[in-house]
Amino acid sequence: MNVSVNWLSAMLGRTLDPEDAAARLTGLGATVEAVEHMHAELGDVVIGIVERVERHPNADRLSLCRVNAGNGTVEVVCGAPNVRAGAKYPYAPAGAVLPGGFKLSARKIRGVTSNGMLCSARELGLGTEHEGILEVQTDAAPGTPFVQAMPVADVCFDVEVTANRPDLLCHKGVARELAAVYGLPVKLPAIPNAPTGVGAPRRVEGQGAVDGVEVVIEDVEGCPRYMAALIRGVEIGPSPVWLEARLRSIGARPINNVVDATNYVLYELNQPMHAFDVAKVRGGKIIVRRAIAGERLTTLDGEKRELTPDMTMICDAKGVTAIAGVMGGADSEVTSETTDVLLECAYFDPRSIRRTRQALKMTTEASYRFERGIDLEGMAEAIRRAVTLIRAIAGGEEPEPAIDVYPKLRKARSVFLRPERVEHVLGMPMSRDEIEGLLVKLGFPVAPKDDRLHVQVPGWRPDVTREIDLIEELARLKGYDSFPVELRPLRPSVVPNDPVEPVKARVRRVLTGWGLNEARSLSLTSAAGSDAVRVLNPLSAEDAYLRRDLLSGLVRSVERNWAVRERDVRLFELGTVFRASGAPLPEETHRLAAVISGARLPPHWGGAGKTIDYDLWDLKGLFVEAVRLVGGEGEIVSSDEGWEFRDPSGRLTGHAGPVDADRPAWAAPLYGLELDLVLPERRFVWYGSLPTTPPVERDVALVLPAEVSAAQVESVVRDAGGALLAEVRAFDEYRAEGMAGRSVAWRLVFRAPDRTLRDQEADEALSRVLAAVKERLGVERRQA
Amino acid sequence: MSNSTRHQDELDVIAQAVERVAAADAGTLAEMRTEFLGRKAGKLTQILRSLGSLAPEERRAIGAQANQVKQQLEAAIASRERALETGARRPVDVDRTMPGRHVWRGAMHPVVSVIDEICEIFGELGFTRVIGPEAELEEYNFTKLNMPLDHPAADEHDTFYLGRGVLLRTHTSPMQARIMEQYQPPIRILVPGRAYRRDAFDPSHSPVFEQIEGLVVDEGVSFVDFKASIDFFVKRFFSSDTTVRFRPSFFPFTEPSAEVDVQCQMCKGSGCATCKQTGYLEIMGAGMVHPAVFENCGIDSERYTGYAFGMGPDRIAMLRHGIPDIRLLFENDMRFLSQFAE
Repeated sequence: MNVSVNWLSAMLGRTLDPEDAAARLTGLGATVEAVEHMHAELGDVVIGIVERVERHPNADRLSLCRVNAGNGTVEVVCGAPNVRAGAKYPYAPAGAVLPGGFKLSARKIRGVTSNGMLCSARELGLGTEHEGILEVQTDAAPGTPFVQAMPVADVCFDVEVTANRPDLLCHKGVARELAAVYGLPVKLPAIPNAPTGVGAPRRVEGQGAVDGVEVVIEDVEGCPRYMAALIRGVEIGPSPVWLEARLRSIGARPINNVVDATNYVLYELNQPMHAFDVAKVRGGKIIVRRAIAGERLTTLDGEKRELTPDMTMICDAKGVTAIAGVMGGADSEVTSETTDVLLECAYFDPRSIRRTRQALKMTTEASYRFERGIDLEGMAEAIRRAVTLIRAIAGGEEPEPAIDVYPKLRKARSVFLRPERVEHVLGMPMSRDEIEGLLVKLGFPVAPKDDRLHVQVPGWRPDVTREIDLIEELARLKGYDSFPVELRPLRPSVVPNDPVEPVKARVRRVLTGWGLNEARSLSLTSAAGSDAVRVLNPLSAEDAYLRRDLLSGLVRSVERNWAVRERDVRLFELGTVFRASGAPLPEETHRLAAVISGARLPPHWGGAGKTIDYDLWDLKGLFVEAVRLVGGEGEIVSSDEGWEFRDPSGRLTGHAGPVDADRPAWAAPLYGLELDLVLPERRFVWYGSLPTTPPVERDVALVLPAEVSAAQVESVVRDAGGALLAEVRAFDEYRAEGMAGRSVAWRLVFRAPDRTLRDQEADEALSRVLAAVKERLGVERRQA
Repeated sequence: MSNSTRHQDELDVIAQAVERVAAADAGTLAEMRTEFLGRKAGKLTQILRSLGSLAPEERRAIGAQANQVKQQLEAAIASRERALETGARRPVDVDRTMPGRHVWRGAMHPVVSVIDEICEIFGELGFTRVIGPEAELEEYNFTKLNMPLDHPAADEHDTFYLGRGVLLRTHTSPMQARIMEQYQPPIRILVPGRAYRRDAFDPSHSPVFEQIEGLVVDEGVSFVDFKASIDFFVKRFFSSDTTVRFRPSFFPFTEPSAEVDVQCQMCKGSGCATCKQTGYLEIMGAGMVHPAVFENCGIDSERYTGYAFGMGPDRIAMLRHGIPDIRLLFENDMRFLSQFAE
């Protein structure tokens, strides 16, 4: 919301200091996000009076002007057709800098030196007019800075208005807040040439007429109150300078005097109004009713709108003329021929307006305000203000006072406040007097009632409905800064920590130690699937589903790294995957995924330029580690190209292996793994006593037929080795042409816990092992 | 030739031998050790042993010199032995500016580090850490939090829907309601997790982001406790001299509500592009829990009060590390992530 400081100053009867006012508003919750000094770039422009105009000796279309700009006269060449002697214009002397950074200098134009320039509205950034120069009506002496003489210099605040505070969508509302902190009254600024005797609207309950136009509310729910004023004999034309300047100062575009007047009242009092051309109101009748299925309306923006029966409409005797509170129809618009104007000032139900504008997919200044709730009690002031303004600037008469169709009087809301509750919530004592004083400053009349305060809520504060809302008002006006920063005793939480977080923390510690970086991918993907969860309203097909796995996201990240020529990629991600479950909420699972590709160690000169890349065995190591950390109970089994992890029920909960990707020729193979996160049971290390006796080691190479796995051999070896066999570790694999199968070498470590083992005992144990593998697996010792 | 003159000549020869030590190989080194320092026939050993036969004055001079040469020789041999063990050739040939061997250093994601740190600090104030589902019911995401969908405040939450009444949570606040339905106070929780809004990806928006929600419910919790706890957090997280500003604001689930601003970390409050010349950066929305939320979740709103807050770790990580574009936090570029290794 753009707010003019001049406008606020006029309402408060005091010239505001913009910096202080901005800080106060921010402190009250109406955050001033930006402070713009309007037209500050016109500082070099002064008022100049043209004393004489002559033809340029060398050009038909140019004039030579003698311009008095305060200290003597100068010669200026001017191309504008409207320049005339005796008039005042904005004059930019040589050396002046105009908006856009354009710097003027004295220069020759067709042989005559022009000292500066007389300016058009467009050149000054004051409008689009460029047909001629801007003639200004002012008493200011030549040489007066233009921004002092004309009402264009202003400071504009960009105020962030929260959804609960419709009253701050207008200058009066913002002025009220400042009035409360500065201790000033709020008064509407006087309108120049205002007519006197604009009467109060006349209330009727069901229906009534104003100057021959009948007004009927059929949809009382959608429109609890509707006022109409009829002004005859207006002359449509441009607005006076002060009004245009006011609208421009907040970024609004002047249109014509009647429309500008309704917009002025909108920004001043937050009352959206609509002006109908009475000549176009068919049958002399305004009916507020629901739309009939199939009805259509072409709105002011030229769009044809389909209407539905839950939308409130403004109609005449023949049909729909406007969508209530959203936008008027093109047919009843005020044009330059309009002479009689019917002014609508209504209250439309916020929810109904919200539904309608959502269905029509449009938002207007009016719908934005009605949706948030306007001041039902401030309507009479608004319509009188608008009538006064229109008659002041567009002429016309109001033969009858406005009509106020208000079927069911709504009582002003009141809320009870317990003074002791204020301290209870805010933590700081506040006396009853102080409470009353603060509320009254904000416009809430207060009366004592038993031990409580009976607080009346003004019409412009639809957000205040219960005690806590008043407590917030008190905290806000007192100032959040005035509450101490004082840490008081507290009780610990009864809610336990979720167990998954420490597990994730452990995974992060371990895997970053392995050199992997933690990745974070979007959980929205394009990957469809029978159990994929679909987003009903995605931003694009790229993110139409929730991810079912983490690995494919990581693979895309690897490809992006390859695209920037990063060969060494090591990533892991901890995240949630989703599956449609049949229940309303999808099933969510915590997962871990990791990818590795490229050099196993950072390159080093000591390696003579050779790097060793990650291979499948690095992946297996990582997978075993991941399973150890978060796999839970289960077993790693070999799959076609890698490994799988199955839980005791046989369900597949993890896998690891080479991964397909869009791999450039220079990149290394890519390996990946993914695993469901299973929370490990809390287990403490149980100390194993350190051996006190020496080990006896035996290395043995075994020839494994193709169908025998190392795991099988190890299992038999352990079994046959018995209690003396402390450790079994494969340390080499060898394959050769003509060899039946392959040779795997193991180191066996024997040890007796209570005595020094003799070589002979170790040899006997080894013989038992060899006999067992031969008998059970057909595995022989390799002959050297 | 006197004894002392002979000793003197021998010491000179031995002193010259010290210089050869630096280039000696292991064998030569052993030979030299025997030749000069051998327990029986070592030349230095012999000189030292024969000192008794010299006149007192000569004994002092030769003795001092012999001991000095012995120390030099022993030091040189020891140094050379170390050098031979560590594989270097002559010490002067080792270029110690050549890079050492490293292992890869992995990094936690900067946003995760920020979340962890935030949770740790609030942990000191007794907060526990819980998580909740990312797909939620409308009821928990909006209604129970005093956010009717027919109120304009709902417009700020542009929502992805998965089905009728089912959505991707727009904040982690639904866990407020879930926890309050499950536990009676005292409640002090933090809820980190993913949230979703229908915002197109651009430098400052992501449809997927992290949020941390905090909630405190107990008897006697007031606005003063709220301010003090947030102030405690900000001073721990940023620095003890960081100023905090509480600005009145509006959130349907809190009242009184506040936006919490901290002094801009870039310009220290003097105004810069990052803080849009305001000197402050907004880091969280917060306030006292609205009694309607208590009532919707089965908590006695007369007996209990509390406060709640929400903040965005993505944005905080960007501020803390000077990251200009939120998309960098999702691209998993190794060159980016590796910068955050500890």
